[in-house]
Amino acid sequence: MTSLGAIAVLSPAHGPAPASHTAHAAVPALAAPLTESVDWAAIAPAAIPAALALVLLVADLFLPPRRKQLLAWFTVAGLALALVSLIPLRAGHHATFCRTDLTGGGCSYTADRFTLVVQVLVLGGALLTALLSAPEVEEELPAGEFWFLLLASAAGATLLPASRDLATLIVALEVTTLPSFALVGLRRGDRLGGEAALKFFLTSVTATAVSLLGVSFLYATTGTLYLDQIGRTLGHEPGQLHTLGKAGAALTLLGFAFKLAVAPFHFWVPDTYAGAPLPVAAYLSVVGKAAGFSGLILLTTLAFHPYADTWGPAMGVLAALTMTVGNVGALRQRPDSERSAVRLLAWSSIGQAGYLLVPLAAEAAGRPAGYHVGTTVAYALMYAVVNLGAFAVAALVTRSAPAGRLTDYRGLYGRRPAAALALAFFLLCLAGLPPGVIGLFAKVAVFSTAVDAQHGWLAVIMAVNVAIALVYYLRWTALLFGRTENGQEQGMAGTVGTADGASGALAARTPFALAAAIALAAVAGVVLSGAPQIVLRYAEGVLL
Amino acid sequence: MNDTALQYILAAILVLPLLGSAGALLPAPPGLRGRGPDQAVLRHGVTVTGAVLVLAIVLAAGFDHDHPARMQATTDLDWIPALRIHLHLGVDGISLPLLVLTALLTFLCALYSYFKMPDGPSPKAFVALLLLLEGGTLASFAVLDLILFFLAFEAVLVPMYFLIARWGGADRERSALRFIVYTLLGSVIMLLGLLLVGVKAGTFDMVALASDNGSHLSHTTQLVAVLAIGIGLAVKAPMWPLHSWLPDAHTAAPTAGSVLLAGVLLKMGTYGLVRVVLPIAPGGMRTFAPYLAAFAVVGIIYGSLACLALVRQGNGGDLKRLIAYSSVGHMGFVLLGIASMTRTGVNGALFANVAHGLITGLLFFLVGALKDRYGTSDLDQLAGRTGAALYGRAPRLGGLLAFGAVASLGLPGLAGFWGEMLAMFGAFRPGAGLSRPTYVTFTAIAAFGTLLTAGYLLTVIRRICMGDRDTARAKPVLADVHGYEFAAWTPLAALTVLAGLWPALLLGLTDPAVRSLLGGN
Repeated sequence: MTSLGAIAVLSPAHGPAPASHTAHAAVPALAAPLTESVDWAAIAPAAIPAALALVLLVADLFLPPRRKQLLAWFTVAGLALALVSLIPLRAGHHATFCRTDLTGGGCSYTADRFTLVVQVLVLGGALLTALLSAPEVEEELPAGEFWFLLLASAAGATLLPASRDLATLIVALEVTTLPSFALVGLRRGDRLGGEAALKFFLTSVTATAVSLLGVSFLYATTGTLYLDQIGRTLGHEPGQLHTLGKAGAALTLLGFAFKLAVAPFHFWVPDTYAGAPLPVAAYLSVVGKAAGFSGLILLTTLAFHPYADTWGPAMGVLAALTMTVGNVGALRQRPDSERSAVRLLAWSSIGQAGYLLVPLAAEAAGRPAGYHVGTTVAYALMYAVVNLGAFAVAALVTRSAPAGRLTDYRGLYGRRPAAALALAFFLLCLAGLPPGVIGLFAKVAVFSTAVDAQHGWLAVIMAVNVAIALVYYLRWTALLFGRTENGQEQGMAGTVGTADGASGALAARTPFALAAAIALAAVAGVVLSGAPQIVLRYAEGVLL
Repeated sequence: MNDTALQYILAAILVLPLLGSAGALLPAPPGLRGRGPDQAVLRHGVTVTGAVLVLAIVLAAGFDHDHPARMQATTDLDWIPALRIHLHLGVDGISLPLLVLTALLTFLCALYSYFKMPDGPSPKAFVALLLLLEGGTLASFAVLDLILFFLAFEAVLVPMYFLIARWGGADRERSALRFIVYTLLGSVIMLLGLLLVGVKAGTFDMVALASDNGSHLSHTTQLVAVLAIGIGLAVKAPMWPLHSWLPDAHTAAPTAGSVLLAGVLLKMGTYGLVRVVLPIAPGGMRTFAPYLAAFAVVGIIYGSLACLALVRQGNGGDLKRLIAYSSVGHMGFVLLGIASMTRTGVNGALFANVAHGLITGLLFFLVGALKDRYGTSDLDQLAGRTGAALYGRAPRLGGLLAFGAVASLGLPGLAGFWGEMLAMFGAFRPGAGLSRPTYVTFTAIAAFGTLLTAGYLLTVIRRICMGDRDTARAKPVLADVHGYEFAAWTPLAALTVLAGLWPALLLGLTDPAVRSLLGGN
C-alpha cells in the first residue's frame, strides 16, 4: 500500500487526533493473513502517482533550478502512465486486500467499472491540472513541493473510489485533502493564500472529525467496516442501536458533503478558490469534487441503502439548496471586482455540485441500488473536461491581467480568437446550450433521472436554476466578443501597473503546456459533443 | 426521385449550414477572397444559404405529393443509446412548407445583408451566426425525435441572442438577454414534459408516439406533459401572457434578425404544438384546449389593441414594435386553430403559420428599409403631423408597404386570408369533447379582432403611405426600392399572392398529414 505510505509521511502535518483514530480503526478491518498476495496491477493507478510523488520530492533536491521544469513533464508522464495502467483493468473484475474468514469476507480495494471511470476522471483531471499549472509553477511556485503535493493528492483521489471499507475511505479522503491545504497556501508571501488555506483547513478538519464520529457510530452499530456488510446489517440492528446507526450514517455523509461543497457547507469555496493559485482552484473544483461525490455514492448505494427512504429526500433538498445557492451566488458576482472570474467559477462549481446530487436523490425511489449513480458519474466527466478547460483559459488570461476580473475578458476574441472560442464553448457546455451539445445531454440525463423518480419539484427547481445559470455564463460569453474600450489592448491598463515591459512580452507568449491543456479539453469537449454516448453510456445500467 | 436520394438531400440541408458556419470563421481560401474579407464572408453566406435553398426546393420537388401524410426522406440512426436518442429525420406535408420557408427567408436575409450589412462588429461572426441559426431552425422542422427536437429548439437561442445583442438597435443587450432567458426557461420546462413522455412511453420517437395517439399514456401523465410542453412552446409562439419578450426583441433586433425571428422562430412553437402535443397527448390536449383557445383570443384582442395604441398620433409608437405586437395577434389565430382540434382548424393554423412568415417577413424588411432611410422607426417622427407621404416620395416602397399591410389584415386573395378564416371555421365547430358555445364565443371575439387588425393596419397605411403634397416633394429625395431590395422582397410578395390565389397548393400538403396526426383516417 504505497499510498498509505504517503500518509505516514504526511500525518504529522495534519494533526494527531484524526490520524491516530484512523490507525486504530484500520487495524481490525485490514488485518488480513500475512501471506496474502497483493494484486499490483489493480492498485497500480493509485500506486504510480504515489511512488512518483516521493521520487519527485527527492529528485527536486538534486536538480539545478533551470532543470526544474523537467519535474512537470515527469508528472505529466507519470499521470499518463497511471491512465495507461487502467487499460488492463477495463474488464472491471479486480479486487485486492481481501479477507476471508468466518464472518464473511470483503475486499478493501475493488477495481470495478465505477472505480475505473472515476479513476479516469481523477487521473485525467490531474493530468490537465498538471499541464495548466506548469507555467505558473515554473514562474512563482516551489516546484518540488508543488508536484509532490499534487501527485500525493491525486493518489488519494484515485484510491478513494476503489475503497470498499470505511477506514480506507477516510484514509483516502484525507490523503486527497491534506496536500490540498498546502497547495492552496503554497504561494509565498501571499496573505490571501494563507487565509484561504486556513479557512479550507479548518472546515475540512471539522468535516473529517464529524465523519470519523459517524464511522465510529456505524462500527458500534454493525460491527464491521466493510461497506457491503454494513449495507447488509443496517436495518437489522437491535432496536436500541437504531438511532445510533442512523446518526452514524448521517454524520459520515456530512463529512463528504463538506468536500463536495454542498450547501450549507459551501462557504469555504469562493474564498479558497480565489485565494489559491489558479491551477489549484481548478484542481479542487474537479478532483476535489470527484473525491466528494464518489465517497457519497459509495456510502449511499453500498452501505446506507437500507435507509434510502431517509437520505433520498434529504439529498433532494440538499441538491435543490446547493444549486440555488451556487447559481444565485454566481449571478451576484460583480464583473469588475478583483478575481471575479475565479469567484464566478467557484460559485458555479457549487451550482454544478447541486446537479451532481440530483441522480443520488433519484437513487432512492424504487429502483435497484446504484441505478442512477452512473448519471452522476457521466455528468461529472463532462463537467471535469469543460470546467478544467474554462480554468485553463482563465489561467491564460490571468497571465496578462493578474487582477483576474471578468471585465479583463472583454474583447478576448479580438486578441486571442482561439482561446476565446474555446472558452465560449466551455461556458456554453457548462450552461448546457448548443453548440455545447455534451453539456446539454448531460443535463438531459440528470433531468431524466429526476423525472424517472417522479421528483417533479426537484426537476422544476433545476430547470429554474439552469435558466439562472444561463444568465451569468452568457454574460461572460458575450464579454468575450465585446468591443474593447478605446481600442486598448488590455482594457484595464490602469490596474495592471506592473504588467509592462518584460512581463508584457511574457504575457503575449502562450506557454506550450497551457495551450496543450486548452486544446486537450477543447478536443475532448468537441468529440464528446459529437458522440455523447462515450460518457453517457455510464448513465444507463448499474455501475456499482 | 427515390427515397435514398431524398434522404441524402435532407441530411445535406441540415449539415450544410453547420459546416458553412464553421467555414465562415476560417480565412477565405485563395481565389475566393473577393474584394476583401468582409465581402468574401458575406458572399460565403449567400452561397451557402442559396445552396440550402436549392436543396430544399429539390427536396420539395422530389417529395411524393400523393402521400404527404407519409414521412419521407427518413433516416433513423442510433445516436445515444444510453438516452434512447435516435438521429431520426424525415419530412411530411406539415414540415415541408416550413422547411422551404426557412431556407427561403434565410437566403433572402443573407442576400439583403450582403448589400446592406447591419451596423456592428465584423460580418464574419454575423454570417457564422446566421448559418448556425438556419441549421437549428431547419433541424427543428426535420427531426423526429423528441430530444433532438429540444436540441434544435435550443440551438437557435445562442445565435439569435448574439444577432440581437451585437447587431441590434437601442437597448439591445437587455432585450437579447430577456429573449434568451424567457425562451430557455420555457424550453427547459418543455424538456421535463418531453422526458416524462419518453419515460412513460419508453420511446422518444415522434412517429411511434404519434401513431400510438397517447394510448400508452395515462390521463394524468398526458395532463402534466401537455402543461409542461405547452408552456415551453407557448413562450416561443408566443401566447399571451407569455409574449412579453417579443416586442423588445423585435424592436432591438437588426432587420435580418427580426425577419427570421418572426418568420421562422415563432413557427417552431406552433409547429411543436401540432407535431408533438396534438398527436402524442390528445387526451391532455382536450382538457387544456379551451384554455389555450381563451389565451389565443385574448392575444388577438390584446395584440390589436396594443397596435391601435401604438399607431395613435402622439403616442410615439415604434413601427417595428407595432409589427411585433401584430405578430402576437396573428399567432393568436394560429393557436386558436390548433386549439379547435379539428382538421379545418389545424390546417388553417398551419396555413396561417406560413402566411404569417411570408407577410411579416416582408413587413419587417420594409420597416427595416424605412428605418435605414429615415434613421428612425418612430411613427410620430416618420409621419409628422400629416403623414409621411411615401406614395409620393418613394412610390414603389409605399406600394409594397401598403401591399404588406393589406395582406396582413387578411384581404381575400392574399395569403393572410385563408389561414385565419379556416382557423375561425375550425373554432366555430370544434372537435369532439369540446364545448361548442364556448368556442363560438371565442370565434366571435376573434372575428372582432380581425376588425381591429384592419383598423390599425389601415391607419399605418394612412400615416405612412399618404400625406400632403409638401411632404411628398420634400428634399432630400428619398431613395426608392433598390435592386437588391427588389430581389429580396419580390419572392415574398409573389408567394403571398400565390398562396392567396391557390391555397390548395399548401392545403393539399398539410391536410392528409393533419388527418393522420389527429388520429382519423
